[in-house]
Amino acid sequence: MEEGKVISQSLQESAAAYSIIHEKFGSAISALDANETMPFFEVIDTSQWTEIALFMRDHPKLKFNYMACLTGVDYPAEEKLGIICNFESLALFNHKLAVKVKCARDGGSIPSVACVWHTANWHEREAYDMFGMLFTGHPELKRILCPDDWVGYPLRKDYKVQDQYHGIKVPY
Amino acid sequence: MGLLDAGITKHNMLVTSVDNVLNWARLSSLWPMGFGLACCAIEMMATNASNYDLERFGIFPRSSPRQSDLMIVAGTVTMKMAERVVRLYEQMPEPRYVLSMGSCSNCGGPYWEHGYHVLKGVDRIIPVDVYVPGCPPRPESLIGGLMKIQELIRMEQIGISRADALKKLAEKSVDPRIIIERERTVVGA
Repeated sequence: MEEGKVISQSLQESAAAYSIIHEKFGSAISALDANETMPFFEVIDTSQWTEIALFMRDHPKLKFNYMACLTGVDYPAEEKLGIICNFESLALFNHKLAVKVKCARDGGSIPSVACVWHTANWHEREAYDMFGMLFTGHPELKRILCPDDWVGYPLRKDYKVQDQYHGIKVPY
Repeated sequence: MGLLDAGITKHNMLVTSVDNVLNWARLSSLWPMGFGLACCAIEMMATNASNYDLERFGIFPRSSPRQSDLMIVAGTVTMKMAERVVRLYEQMPEPRYVLSMGSCSNCGGPYWEHGYHVLKGVDRIIPVDVYVPGCPPRPESLIGGLMKIQELIRMEQIGISRADALKKLAEKSVDPRIIIERERTVVGA
């Protein structure tokens, strides 16, 4: 029981952190999904994403100084692409939050937060490389793992590998 | 026939053919290029290190393709790396040998279907002499593969092509199962 109590303590702190963000941005963000594993909310007005990020990093009671991860996701049913960012506040608070940001599947774009957390620079490039969503305001948005002349975005659900790459057969 | 099987006289003279001497020299100082691509490289390094001590076969990794006789393709060849592997192969002086180590470089291995970025077999870009199966192969398997390369060199003669040497090697090869079964019965008895 002691273990369970500790976890819900951290969840309470995460919910408190969320309410500070919600107070400031209101309907620009969704309600909190208060699960034990990783409480998250979604940014509904994506144009405010960079501002929300700066607020989360700099507010004295939030201080999300650590972006643990930025993952790309494909939602073919919703015709959307998205990212999920995991934030923590190292050495300051126990709260942790995940933030989801979605955009249109074809030619959609998400504001870049590379200027807020430098970690996001390469992570956003990876998400772009694998899923093809654009990050507006990114300092150097180009492929990071695949070669520059690679065709398609490999982690999309409907991805089909190209037949030839520089004259070498790709499929088995 | 090995060099030491040739007749040695009392006057420290050794009578053998030029082919034999050349092959002996080549197979006794088979220098692989020191490069690894994935986890197989760890196994290759373990084979080079003291426990398995490849230097007793005269095998020592060189840091330049221009000084290497053998390329051990140890690991997953990605499409991005494939062109570099070709470049390295082209930089090696002839006669050169290629040993494909592990499932990835043999045929794509675990990435054969969903690995969009993996070359499905290094033999799509460079000619391979010996394939060593395994994921990754144990040092013993790699040593087996290297000794196969040595056998291949032993088959060579001035004026015969690599394809003919490989054919000779295939004709001369023995089924290891027979030897293993024999050893087993000896141990069992």
